[in-house]
Amino acid sequence: MGQIELKQVSKSFGTVEVIRPLDLSIEEGEFVVFVGPSGCGKSTLLRLIAGLEDVTSGAVLIDGEDATGTAPAKRGLAMVFQSYALYPHMSVRKNIAFPLRMAKLDKNEQDRRVEEAARVLNLGDYLDRRPGQLSGGQRQRVAIGRAIVREPAAFLFDEPLSNLDAALRVGMRLEISELHKRLRTTMIYVTHDQVEAMTMADKIVVLQAGVIEQVGSPLELYQRPRNLFVAGFIGSPRMNLIEGPEAAKYDAHTIGIRPEHIEISESQGSWKGTVGLSEHLGADTFFHVQCAVSPTPITVRAPGEMILKYGAEVHLTPRTQYLHRFDSEGLRKNEPS
Amino acid sequence: MARAVSTSRKTFNTAIAGLLGFVMFFPVLWIVILSFKSEFDAIRSPLAILTSGWTLESYGAVQARSDYFKHFTNSVVISVGSTFLGLLIAVPAAWSMAFVPAKRTRGVLMWMLSTKMLPPVGVLVPIYLIFRDLGILDTNLGLVIVLMLMNLPIIIWMLYTYFREIPGEILEAARMDGASLRDEVLYVLTPMAVPGIASTVLLNIILAWNEAFWTLNLTAARAAPLTAFIASYSSPEGLFYAKLSAASVMAIAPILIMGWFSQKQLVRGLTFGAVK
Repeated sequence: MGQIELKQVSKSFGTVEVIRPLDLSIEEGEFVVFVGPSGCGKSTLLRLIAGLEDVTSGAVLIDGEDATGTAPAKRGLAMVFQSYALYPHMSVRKNIAFPLRMAKLDKNEQDRRVEEAARVLNLGDYLDRRPGQLSGGQRQRVAIGRAIVREPAAFLFDEPLSNLDAALRVGMRLEISELHKRLRTTMIYVTHDQVEAMTMADKIVVLQAGVIEQVGSPLELYQRPRNLFVAGFIGSPRMNLIEGPEAAKYDAHTIGIRPEHIEISESQGSWKGTVGLSEHLGADTFFHVQCAVSPTPITVRAPGEMILKYGAEVHLTPRTQYLHRFDSEGLRKNEPS
Repeated sequence: MARAVSTSRKTFNTAIAGLLGFVMFFPVLWIVILSFKSEFDAIRSPLAILTSGWTLESYGAVQARSDYFKHFTNSVVISVGSTFLGLLIAVPAAWSMAFVPAKRTRGVLMWMLSTKMLPPVGVLVPIYLIFRDLGILDTNLGLVIVLMLMNLPIIIWMLYTYFREIPGEILEAARMDGASLRDEVLYVLTPMAVPGIASTVLLNIILAWNEAFWTLNLTAARAAPLTAFIASYSSPEGLFYAKLSAASVMAIAPILIMGWFSQKQLVRGLTFGAVK
């Protein structure tokens, strides 16, 4: 249960093609994250899988069966919305029990499953409250509870953490990952936050303008981005991208080097530059260095204790084994053998 | 910062507002006063009316001449019946217009509202003939149907406005949770729109209760509601002010009392969604 396949799925709203025909297969038990900038079509893709939008062409297969024309209620999927979408007129208990009530499950079984979900999500004390009396984090837990009680084939999360404050977001991120480890149910998770994508996913699908740019594990995407877009999108701070004569030295149109793959020295190195802003995070320090090779400052990750004055002269040396090379179309060039 | 208004200015404004309110309420008050006077006192000068003795004889006479409770029952059946029949049609209509709008939804809404601009008398003859042929003249069923049709645009418009305030994601959540369309409307949409639905119901009961054109023209005796009951006192035999007043008070009292007790609900419903 929980294998999903998209075959040449596309979606247009009027004349605007939001999703270009694409193929994607999601294996049972996988945690898949759709990530991309806003407007890239990631939420639309999720809603196509949910059945909340109809595909313009192509087919959605759930567990090998064509579900393209199946109503959302009949697809056996559960969804957690960004706005939580709790039923404000029902208590937490009734909210969580709602899918079971719709499935006409036996009352005792309903109670048993609600209690179980409440225990897992630490909602025991709040069962008789209304959603309006809960905090954002608690509401999110109720929404997740409502999704898990029905034991769906897959969970769909539509930016579930973006309404929470930063501290709570990290906590909930761990809880959702923990839940996945325990339930081993397929989860599809939409986010624009690449940190969420990197930390939670088994498989990341990077989308841009309705096109899948790359599919792969977080490390694959990090180590071998297929094109400039993925290279720039995955990783924080961003990969440094350099064009021009410096790139030509490596037989590429553009070269990319991550901040942690650059040596910084006050005495010698390949690229001379001056230190601009420094960001001290404690464990690490990020220096923004203005160099002749690039019009934009190059970000360098250095140990936390390193201190350089604003305007100080430094030398940078990229570790060439970590250099990414891209051709004039932005596609990755294979490593020279 | 609150605007600075002097006490004398406030007093003046309050006095003007109070006076205007009294002027508007005065006819109703006068009717109530007249209804407790004898027929002889009721046609005397205002001062004499105020100073003359009080009596319940008009109420007795009205009750003796016509059956108040039959008219009252008809009014209840017609106003409540037409409102709930209208609701049954309007909830799905408003649902579809609010949540799955099509290209012409706005046009349809405007067209429905435009039917309210048609003078009812313009369609009196065809409707009268249709009702005659269907044999529903002077029946509660006929009045329920015609008043429902009259008020349907208002019911749909009001519900449409309330439904639009409900986030679509909640309905989508219900769909994901396995709710059929019927479940969605019954267990999620309707309960969430209760304040709006309640004020729609109240307003339409009041409108239907007070509706006089169709109720007077399509009834004779059997289905005549309170409006016909009042009208029967302004008769060719001459005006009987005291009895007419008593009949009026008896006709408007129930709806006035209902409106009084439900005003909080009405105001809440009419401003629903305005303040989050």
